[in-house]
Amino acid sequence: MNDLLVMGLEAAVLVAGLAVLLLDLWTPPAEKRNLGYAAAIAVGAILLASFAIVLPRPLAAFGGMFVLDEFALFFDRFFLLAALLVLVISVEFADRFETGVAEFYALILFALAGMMFAASANDFTLLFVSLELITVTFYVLTSFQRRQTQSLEAGVKYLILGALSSAFLVYGIALIYGTAGTMSFTRLAEAAPAVLDSRLLQTGLLLVLVGLGFKIAVVPFQIWAPDVYQGAPTPATAFLAVGSKAAGFVLLLRVLFTAVPALGPRWSRLLIVLSAVTILYGVLCAIPQRNLKRLMGYSSIANAGFLLLGVATLSRDGVSAVLYYLGGYLFTVLGAFAVICVALRHTEGEDIPALAGLHQRSPLLAATLAMAMVSLAGVPPLAGFFGKFLLLKSALMVAGDQPALYVLVAVAVVGVVISLYYYFGVIRAMYWPAEPVEQGHLPPIQLSRPLRWSLLLCIAGMLWLGVLPGMVVNLANLAAQTLLP
Amino acid sequence: MGLLSFLILCPFAGAVLIALTPRSFNVLFRLIALLTTFLSFAAATWVFFAFHPGATHVQFEEFCPWVGALRIGWHLGVDGLNVALVFMAALVAFAAACCSWEIKERQKEFYLLLLVMTGGILGAFASLDLFFFYFFHELALVPTFIMIGVWGRGENRNYATFKMTIYLSLGALIALIGLIALYVAAGARTFDIPELTRDVAARPIAASAQHWIFPLLMFGFGILVSLWPFHTWAPLGYGAAPTPTAMLHAGVLKKFGLYGLLRIALPLLPEGAQRWLPVLALLCLGNLLYCGLVAIRQKNLNLLIGNSSVAHMGFVFLGIASLSLVGVTGAVVVMVAHGLLAALAFALSGYLQNQLGTLEMEQMGGLLRKLPFVGTLLALAMFAGCGLPGFANFAGEVMVLFGAWGGHTTVVVLAAWAALIVGAVYMLRAIRTVLHGPLPEKWSGVADAPHAWRKLPFALLLAGLLLFGCVPRLLTDRIQPAALTVVRAVNGTPAALMATTQLPR
Repeated sequence: MNDLLVMGLEAAVLVAGLAVLLLDLWTPPAEKRNLGYAAAIAVGAILLASFAIVLPRPLAAFGGMFVLDEFALFFDRFFLLAALLVLVISVEFADRFETGVAEFYALILFALAGMMFAASANDFTLLFVSLELITVTFYVLTSFQRRQTQSLEAGVKYLILGALSSAFLVYGIALIYGTAGTMSFTRLAEAAPAVLDSRLLQTGLLLVLVGLGFKIAVVPFQIWAPDVYQGAPTPATAFLAVGSKAAGFVLLLRVLFTAVPALGPRWSRLLIVLSAVTILYGVLCAIPQRNLKRLMGYSSIANAGFLLLGVATLSRDGVSAVLYYLGGYLFTVLGAFAVICVALRHTEGEDIPALAGLHQRSPLLAATLAMAMVSLAGVPPLAGFFGKFLLLKSALMVAGDQPALYVLVAVAVVGVVISLYYYFGVIRAMYWPAEPVEQGHLPPIQLSRPLRWSLLLCIAGMLWLGVLPGMVVNLANLAAQTLLP
Repeated sequence: MGLLSFLILCPFAGAVLIALTPRSFNVLFRLIALLTTFLSFAAATWVFFAFHPGATHVQFEEFCPWVGALRIGWHLGVDGLNVALVFMAALVAFAAACCSWEIKERQKEFYLLLLVMTGGILGAFASLDLFFFYFFHELALVPTFIMIGVWGRGENRNYATFKMTIYLSLGALIALIGLIALYVAAGARTFDIPELTRDVAARPIAASAQHWIFPLLMFGFGILVSLWPFHTWAPLGYGAAPTPTAMLHAGVLKKFGLYGLLRIALPLLPEGAQRWLPVLALLCLGNLLYCGLVAIRQKNLNLLIGNSSVAHMGFVFLGIASLSLVGVTGAVVVMVAHGLLAALAFALSGYLQNQLGTLEMEQMGGLLRKLPFVGTLLALAMFAGCGLPGFANFAGEVMVLFGAWGGHTTVVVLAAWAALIVGAVYMLRAIRTVLHGPLPEKWSGVADAPHAWRKLPFALLLAGLLLFGCVPRLLTDRIQPAALTVVRAVNGTPAALMATTQLPR
């Protein structure tokens, strides 16, 4: 019973997911759409409840397989907030699904549960199970518009590459278990110094990195991202961009710092190279993109590179910077996808020039998207600036010991400058298009009240993390401290 | 709330107010912008004249912790280095708001961005915290790009916007890397500039680190100030920019890089400075001579002013590179003087552009007859640009040349040529082509600045130039103690200073 209490937040999310499925049976078809609001309210309540949890010391359950510490709690709140916003976006999108609206909401909740389990995973078994829970739900979510070939194509691509990466992951876990004789991160950390030189263990860990690299879209496992981002229904893309990526990072951080802390220094060169290549690939491929969702796909690859920069520092400051950056990324990316979801249905096609005149049709939508782009570009006073500042600072703090980090910082700077080009291209398309649009063709876009509030929340979040970073910096430091005491 | 916080937050409050005002109240946007920049200007004037000259300590100091975990604080204050810059920035901002009547489209967004830029500029110059110093500069920079992109003019504006964005962002990021590296190397774990300076004075940064951090700052800041050969964005960008933006950027925001060199790079990295400043002294010749020669060939008035503005930056670089008290003091005087001059020149050319619809000098001529007020001011601005005594530029430039004579004699000879001959050639040629000669038929309808309100910004800026030109002690007395601290931090040995501690009176 005590074990179940420790995973109370996850259990509550699962119950909410099942409740949505059940309620669906008694809800008239016209009302099904609004189940999303009910789900969002439930997630919001759980998010509030999470702030009531006080942890004098980390709690463990199921024989240490599941831990609840400040690090896990930080990510639990992160995922809950992300899911809340994604659910509101989903309601806006719901009328484009033929059937199964309630299932869409329920699947989001199940994916959320998977992410929260991942945040607490302290064992390769739970790592695999939670990752599969996330991935399998996303197979369905990405192909939910099943009459649209693009959506199906996205689903199939995600399925094939996801299954392949899961196979790598399982294989890696098997090798680790075979060498170290344990699945638990804690016990592996105790056993690791003795067996770390074993080739098999290292291969196993490398294969786990491949599996996680797929989730966070790191080069060379990024190939699915642009296609899936473009084809999947927008709410699914949004959740994929924020939740799934963050889940990959949670697990990567846990494995690197809890399971095999001795491995970090050996891998630091590898992580630096991966980060540099990912940043460059993301920003360079984003330049010629015309489709907005595809652009976001490449942007998410570039951002995975920036986050990996923080991981590659292998320091507490670096981890704390990663957490902060993810926090800003949540508001920024979800704000952008909320706008994409609403604005692009009123335009023909998803091309960036189709945004022309958006600021006349809905100033709030245009302002949100503009701010999201500015924040992604890393310009003050928004969240992206402070996040990038923390990342670069953490890298330079330890660059004395690992000179390759200087090269990585230089690459990151070049990446930021290149990224300005395409982020500002989006703003330009909205505010001063190449071909002026005629006033008559621009009916104003009506926004529902929950969506309006979500957009304002995203704007407030971007400003909050950019202008008053103190509180979140402290939270991130606290979380990083549990991982790297 | 202290006076400095007030003068920084005023424009931001105005920006919020404008954001909340409905779009149809076009007059109100203008009024809010004028009122808030005027309040900032009034506060800055008070700070400038209440500033106690001769004191070395920071005055009007304010401190409030902001991110405790990282020891970043809201730390404001003025000393000799920045008190005149804050005053000049507020004056130019008010003048720019006055000159914004030419903007007719999307006034709400324009005034909002103008106020954000103003607040950012004032914040960057008044901050004594490394983080906010950079933060405010970036905050001011981005509106510049947007304003040029949206309200800019000419066919080249997209190219100019992107060029300027990429150059300046790259420069700013290189400087950011330099600043963070400096913070890491100092090992003090605080972003507070005075505290950092004290720590570094007690425990200098390792020489090997200084040798690579200083060039990062020098070139990062240098790109922001259009150091040759990274200057090509400047004339193009100013040519395409709307008048108020060009005034604020060329006049004030650009000085951020120079101020950063004086405030941070020199005192914190003395050994790096010793090694790299001779390079700067050579590069400044590129500004002075090359850009001056380029300015001679310009056919467009705005490009001419833009190139001459790049050329003038050479004096400041030379003054900094001289590492003498007279030279560094002169550099700060040139920064202030050039800020007023560049703003005045761009304001006047903006007026001409508005009246004529073109700035091609070949099409102009005889305009002095039609524009007695604007024409006279343009001539005076050009004289100031040649370095005529009576204008603040003369005071600064002559000090720079005196100060640099000891270390960089050849450079000074060439720089004097650039200032006296090359500068005079293009400035006087511009006066001749634009103001004298026969008046083409098509300009018979051109009208002078109609009423006092339109004349006010020009008059204010010119008054500043003349005031500091006739009474340079207003500036030098304030700058001298801070400049001495900088020079002493770099040169270290008092013996080397003996010859340079007295200013020519």
